[in-house]
Amino acid sequence: MDILIRKFHSTLDEIFHEGGPRTARPLRRAALLAVIHNPYAGRYEPDILPMMESLNGLGVEMAGRLVTLLGGDPRAVEGYGKGAIVGAAGELEHGALWHVPGGYAMRRVLGEAKAIVPSAKKVGGPGTRLDVPVTHINASYVRSHFDAMEVCLPDGPHEDELLLALVMTTGPRIHARVGGLKASEIKGEDGLR
Amino acid sequence: MRADIRKIVVTVEETRREMGKEVSPATRKAVAAAVIKNPFAGLYAENLEDLMAIGEELGGLLGEKAVAALGVTPHDIESYGKAAIVGEKGEWEHAAAILHPRLGKPLRAAVEKGAALVPSAKKIGGLGAAIDVPLGHKDAAFVRSHFDAVEIRIPDAPRGDEIVVAIAVTDSGRPLARVGGLQKNEIKGEDGLR
Repeated sequence: MDILIRKFHSTLDEIFHEGGPRTARPLRRAALLAVIHNPYAGRYEPDILPMMESLNGLGVEMAGRLVTLLGGDPRAVEGYGKGAIVGAAGELEHGALWHVPGGYAMRRVLGEAKAIVPSAKKVGGPGTRLDVPVTHINASYVRSHFDAMEVCLPDGPHEDELLLALVMTTGPRIHARVGGLKASEIKGEDGLR
Repeated sequence: MRADIRKIVVTVEETRREMGKEVSPATRKAVAAAVIKNPFAGLYAENLEDLMAIGEELGGLLGEKAVAALGVTPHDIESYGKAAIVGEKGEWEHAAAILHPRLGKPLRAAVEKGAALVPSAKKIGGLGAAIDVPLGHKDAAFVRSHFDAVEIRIPDAPRGDEIVVAIAVTDSGRPLARVGGLQKNEIKGEDGLR
């Protein structure tokens, strides 16, 4: 199945402080959005799995672009997340097609990432905002890395489109200080701790 | 550095299809925005020199970041624009002080030339306020294919004592421009208009 991409949209945040001490090495958060045609829009299609594999290439391209946006070194990436917004003529389940290819792509590009990729999805119109959840790539319980990045594309998704999102970050929240499991303490075996 | 920058956000939009038609080469817009502390939040200052100096600084910094985000040479930039959102403890004139007196010169250096007026927009707004940064051809304001705008919004800014300052650049006009007017290959680029 051909994936018809209408648009890519990237966002790169560089955060130096949030009222506290200024950091010499800013936290970077990057989001990449692709808005693509939804071949199942406007009808109920029982078998939507053929599209899932077709999204693998797009996922890898998006994950690679994110690493480039964050400086080019996959080892700098500490947090990730993914999400989808389904245009009005589609159904929520179409957004679920992104779980496997989106997660697979980031793991492949990042190497040994162990943790589940947190996700969010919804049905919405152009300009709909989605808060993409973010957690540590190797241990979901690392408290300093619980975060979310809001994404939005003013002119998408159209009703017959899917907006697919991947997010990567380079570190903890800028002034993280609420305790819990630290990144330096993780075992990295089960993806949780 | 005069500006206390809390964060910098850079966005790139790349349009490959529009109305079912392929756009080749893809049109691309970049916006670089800084969230800075407003030194005059909550007070009336007659002399806005500090903001003018910040504008000069950000014209270069954000101009260079936006051009770098497109990965092209300054020469290849085709259109530009600027905008500011002042948090609620600031004043309309604070946006003007950043945008108008001194921001243009370093921006023009970042995009090579820039004979045309840099189109601008400003507003007072709260966290997550969106602003449409107007775009016009950098050397000839009448190039109709390049009349455009690009939206930027930062979910956690501006706080009341902050200002969002944005610079937008493109390496292209609208995706399927076809409403006539002055074409980019017809411009003289001397008076900034045609």
